[in-house]
Amino acid sequence: MSGKSRRDFLKSTALIGAGVTGLSSTAKAGPKNILSEDRMGVLVDTTVCIGCRNCEWACKDAHNLPAGNLDSYEDRKVLEKKRRPDHTALTVVNEYSPGKNSNLPIDVKVQCMHCDHPACVSACIVGAFEKHENGTVTWDTDMCIGCRYCMAACPFQVPAFEYEKALNPMIMKCDFCFDRTKEGKLPACVSICPVEALTYGSRNDLVKIARDRIKRNPDRYIDHLFGEYEVGGTSWMYLANKDFAELEFPKLGKNAAPGVSESIQHGIFAYFVPPVSLYALLGGIMWLSKRRKELDEEVK
Amino acid sequence: MSHEAVNPVPVKHKYFTPGVFILIIIALNGLVFLMGRFFFGLGAVTNLNNQYPWGLWIGVDVAAGVALAAGGFTTAALGHIMHKDEYHAIVRPALLTAMLGYTFVAFGVFVDIGRWYFIWHPLIMWNGNSALFEVGICVMIYMTVLYIEFLPIVTERFIGKVNLPGFLSGLNKFIDKVLRLLDRGLSKTIFIFIIAGVVLSTLHQSSLGTLMVIAGPKMHPLWQTPVLPLLFLLSAVAVGFPMVIFESLIASRSLGLKPEMHILSKLGSMMAPLLGIYLAFKIGDMFIRETFVYLTEFNTASVMFTIELLFGVIIPLRMLLSPKVLKSPLYLFIASALIVFGVLLNRINNFVVAYTPPYSTESYFPSFGEISVTVGFVAILVLAYRFIVLNFPVISLPGKQTAPQSKYTVRGIK
Repeated sequence: MSGKSRRDFLKSTALIGAGVTGLSSTAKAGPKNILSEDRMGVLVDTTVCIGCRNCEWACKDAHNLPAGNLDSYEDRKVLEKKRRPDHTALTVVNEYSPGKNSNLPIDVKVQCMHCDHPACVSACIVGAFEKHENGTVTWDTDMCIGCRYCMAACPFQVPAFEYEKALNPMIMKCDFCFDRTKEGKLPACVSICPVEALTYGSRNDLVKIARDRIKRNPDRYIDHLFGEYEVGGTSWMYLANKDFAELEFPKLGKNAAPGVSESIQHGIFAYFVPPVSLYALLGGIMWLSKRRKELDEEVK
Repeated sequence: MSHEAVNPVPVKHKYFTPGVFILIIIALNGLVFLMGRFFFGLGAVTNLNNQYPWGLWIGVDVAAGVALAAGGFTTAALGHIMHKDEYHAIVRPALLTAMLGYTFVAFGVFVDIGRWYFIWHPLIMWNGNSALFEVGICVMIYMTVLYIEFLPIVTERFIGKVNLPGFLSGLNKFIDKVLRLLDRGLSKTIFIFIIAGVVLSTLHQSSLGTLMVIAGPKMHPLWQTPVLPLLFLLSAVAVGFPMVIFESLIASRSLGLKPEMHILSKLGSMMAPLLGIYLAFKIGDMFIRETFVYLTEFNTASVMFTIELLFGVIIPLRMLLSPKVLKSPLYLFIASALIVFGVLLNRINNFVVAYTPPYSTESYFPSFGEISVTVGFVAILVLAYRFIVLNFPVISLPGKQTAPQSKYTVRGIK
């Protein structure tokens, strides 16, 4: 009787093990994260930006958000307060006091950085975020469950959520004008910028251009291209004549944001070996302790 | 070695007492705010915003809820996998707590996510890189396992007693047959689920710790560490037995039963080493990363960390080392309650207090609505627990051996 149940036990344990390992081979490794050599980016030269906020208008216009009249953006009072991108504006410009060798205020355009190794893509429970070949990080409304883990994960505090909507709240963030660039058009903000503070191009070229500008104009720039190495590199990169911390950029290391958590995650689930081994180990302990008890009872 | 007969029976006690009415009012208050959340959106009821995407509901309802339901898998490991039969009397109450606890974790998630009607998406949309995906899937499977583990209690309650009224009475025989079939099937296979339950628990208890690792520098260095998953697992294991004791002593008080001190004291003696291991890793991590420097600053983070460690770990650990505490229901209750409080606070600290977004203009404090919903959920959980122990054979009455000990605590495990 007990011999039979022991055999059953081993059989079912083996079956479960096989089932779980079978599952692992069919499981997809999450959403795509392509790092193409030709991926695009934008170089933001904050020493050129005049804070006209035309990019804010163009962005809203391109994304069917209430944009208002372009003339109304000339009001510079808005710049007195620091703002963040949200569900009404996917990009905003903030103004800071002048840096070295200049008495002009510094204006900084803020939007999604389109990281090379995005925390949101790694974190999203359903894989609603995707890093595309052209560098864009997009979000898929048909998948999102609204858990807001992307917001907790993002090192730049970019994704915004529509808290006031009871049904179908969206995660809102810059999509690098994915639909426009697909058709060969420039991103709306880049295309409208009157002073060419924004340069759209291959990320690799942009790094070279930026490094060249720093080398040629050491008085104009500090020697730091923000986004070249931060969190493993971002598609949007910034030049400035003032320490980036003073422009409210977060201080970030060179390691990709999802690096540690992904290695922990894959360590725990290395081909399902650790969980299956634990299952087998516990099964063994259970069987042994049961046997020991049966022997005890036989002795009695 | 002889052990006392395990004889779980439905407790005979009236359901409604003044305390129960207070709980019902608290639950109704929570439900009102819950309706507000579903009709007007998360922003209408919570203080959450783009700076603080996660608040009380994730910190308490989900993270602390999972941790405090750990009694289910720790007692299952002790009673069934290590075959320590003397603990069988507490396995069923712990199982019930875990089952209800996880049910409310699921409710908590359902309420917190913006698109609750897509809660099933992780079942078909997989992201193996996401710690949250791992937690979600494991919690879903484990909850199913808990319900399966609870089924024998339902079959035991109804086999031979199915008595439907009126025209449904024709079904009595059929339902009884189904129950018997289910019971037989379960008694042969339940061990598969018991082991699976322990494996699933270790997986998601630790992955819950991995969740905040990706927040990186947004999380205060007193808590942010790559060993977070280990700390979460160790603290969950450490809080399992204290939660069982905490709940068992409250239940016996409320239902007028004699506390089962002979079992609880033995459980209590295992708590100190488990808590000690957790403390060792927590302190060790603090010294390796040299984060103790942050304790010299005086701010919310350092104060909360100190309270968590001192009242939640060190003081109860010291208490449990004294044999007097283990023998006294009151002191054992205080020590257990402190550990429960410590883990609850730890989860709140990890998910809410430690979270400092780079562009925060104001700090987060839960709204009255958020607190109402959380407290309301706890009230409903207590009411459900009370209803089930009064109607199903969950709690074993000590010294009252009325029926022969034919049934096992969970069928199939002898």
